[in-house]
Amino acid sequence: MSVQTWTFILVGISFAIYIAIAIWSRAGSTKEFYVAGGGVSPLANGMATAADWMSAASFISMAGLISFMGYDGAVYLMGWTGGYVLLALLLAPYLRKFGKFTVPDFIGERYYSQTARIVAVVCALFVSFTYIAGQMRGVGIVFSRFLEVDIKLGVVIGMAIVFIYAVLGGMKGITYTQVAQYCVLIFAFLTPAIFISLQMTGNPIPQLGFGGSLSDGTYLLDKLDGLNAQLGFAQYTNGSKPIIDIFCITAALMVGTAGLPHVIVRFFTVPRVRDARISAGWALLFIALLYTTAPAVAAFARTNMIQSVAGVNYDKLPSWVKNWADTGLIKMEDKNGDGAVQYVADSKANEFVPDKDIMVLANPEIARLPNWVVALVAAGGLAAALSTAAGLLLVISSAISHDLLKNAIKPDISERGELIAARIAAGAAVVLAGLLGIYPPGFVAEVVAFAFGLAASSFFPAIILGVFDKRTNMKGAVSGMIAGIAFTAGYIIYFKFVNPGANVPGNWLLGISPEGIGTVGMLLNMAVTAGISRMTQAPPERIRQLVEDIRIPRGAGGAQAH
Amino acid sequence: MSKTKLQAYWKENLRYLLILLLIWFAVSYGAGILFADALNSVRLGGFKLGFWFAQQGSIYVFVILIFVYVWLMNKLDEKYDVHEK
Repeated sequence: MSVQTWTFILVGISFAIYIAIAIWSRAGSTKEFYVAGGGVSPLANGMATAADWMSAASFISMAGLISFMGYDGAVYLMGWTGGYVLLALLLAPYLRKFGKFTVPDFIGERYYSQTARIVAVVCALFVSFTYIAGQMRGVGIVFSRFLEVDIKLGVVIGMAIVFIYAVLGGMKGITYTQVAQYCVLIFAFLTPAIFISLQMTGNPIPQLGFGGSLSDGTYLLDKLDGLNAQLGFAQYTNGSKPIIDIFCITAALMVGTAGLPHVIVRFFTVPRVRDARISAGWALLFIALLYTTAPAVAAFARTNMIQSVAGVNYDKLPSWVKNWADTGLIKMEDKNGDGAVQYVADSKANEFVPDKDIMVLANPEIARLPNWVVALVAAGGLAAALSTAAGLLLVISSAISHDLLKNAIKPDISERGELIAARIAAGAAVVLAGLLGIYPPGFVAEVVAFAFGLAASSFFPAIILGVFDKRTNMKGAVSGMIAGIAFTAGYIIYFKFVNPGANVPGNWLLGISPEGIGTVGMLLNMAVTAGISRMTQAPPERIRQLVEDIRIPRGAGGAQAH
Repeated sequence: MSKTKLQAYWKENLRYLLILLLIWFAVSYGAGILFADALNSVRLGGFKLGFWFAQQGSIYVFVILIFVYVWLMNKLDEKYDVHEK
């Protein structure tokens, strides 16, 4: 069977499963819609969190990025996993004990202030929309490459699927489809990785094959260091970014991860505080399966790619190169007219420009794996994109129906009314996200730094200090959030939009790139919050009581019932 | 629960957090970033050690840290009788 037939079959089966789950798990109350009734088992929540978290970017782009960055790719690997330690130790148990439905709920209540709540809602909406545009685009790209449908049609099909289970099922539907999506995406990621590891190093476990040796007896990584050096690239296992930038980007991604509302809200869905703790552990374990495999895939793919193209005559290139050149993801030009591919670091002489995404998408073809494995990658990419999109949609809809409508504009709205509003908001958000996917603003990649920077410099300090420092008051927290956001946003906007020409290391503050500046924004937020809190009146007694209550697990059942 | 008991519970919790977060920092920012170059002179099979911590080891340690935290806290909750029924 052809790749396309296989893709139709596998994608069709996976979509049928998602819709079946959606129908089985319809939400009947706002509590089911926002937090799946608070009755999800920790293991299932761990899987759902992993699928929620791992987006089209993790699945399709990350391994490719790492294969071009070498050691420096560690910023993504550590940055997007280390945040779960912070989540598990510093946020998840306390937010679960607090109960309620959303992150702005916590901020609004702990800082007894509508201003704080509104600042949090605006941040949550901004971060989520930034993210979701990229997901819908990812859906469209997978459809167009593997099924040869138009990108726009691909986005519309993706929208329709998400619409069904997000609008009908809310968090309940989303949670159980995410469990299925995790299984699809991890199987799709690991299968080719295992095959390739076995082919290249004789070890079926990619994490070990990564440090194993090739058939000629040299270690894979030594071979790759040598190949990179020959072609004029930096050694694969040594970085080229300055240490301070690596440090700050990693920290901004970690802290940003722990501050992303669609991740935090998953810990509201388990029954008890102890379940929130352990489900963060399961989530990271499931994420680590992909995140420790990705750097191995990156090294395998780069070695394979260099060996099969560098110095090879254009008319003797393997068929996958031609296939992907047709889609525009590989660009080739015989600049010096010698008939052979000259792949080198110097961009003036280089004749071969692969897109980072093909490292995962074309990997099975490069390794000559059977067609069903190639099709599996398409189903996995779709699962990754759809699951993340759904989680974000829920944050957007609850921010509108719960935080704005119920808590700020119309407190006397009925349960039924709020549920209808939540569904309408989810539906509208799907359509808007789809439009962003069909007509992508040119700056999607740029704004991802934004999403993490903002989450790091706003939510994370406000929540941490809210739990660990009783003295933190409304004035401190609001000024801290505003200072953190203004600084981080200002820095990113200046270098990415106002004056992109100046975006070079020489102009950066202390050599920290816009991707890493969220770390400084977070520290600034903490300093301002702590300082102003201590200069102004202590928070009221009932807030101190609330904090003491959050700190002990017992009684979470009570908190859950309101 | 009495005020002093709550304070004692919280203090022990903070001590666990401090130790676990020190390890978290040491494997990622320490071994994986600040001292990666120095550690790269040590080999772990086909890996240079600093590179291994940055792209593999730190992630394994993160997973272990959370499960250790869960185990410690479940014990602590029982000790102070604040666990959930």
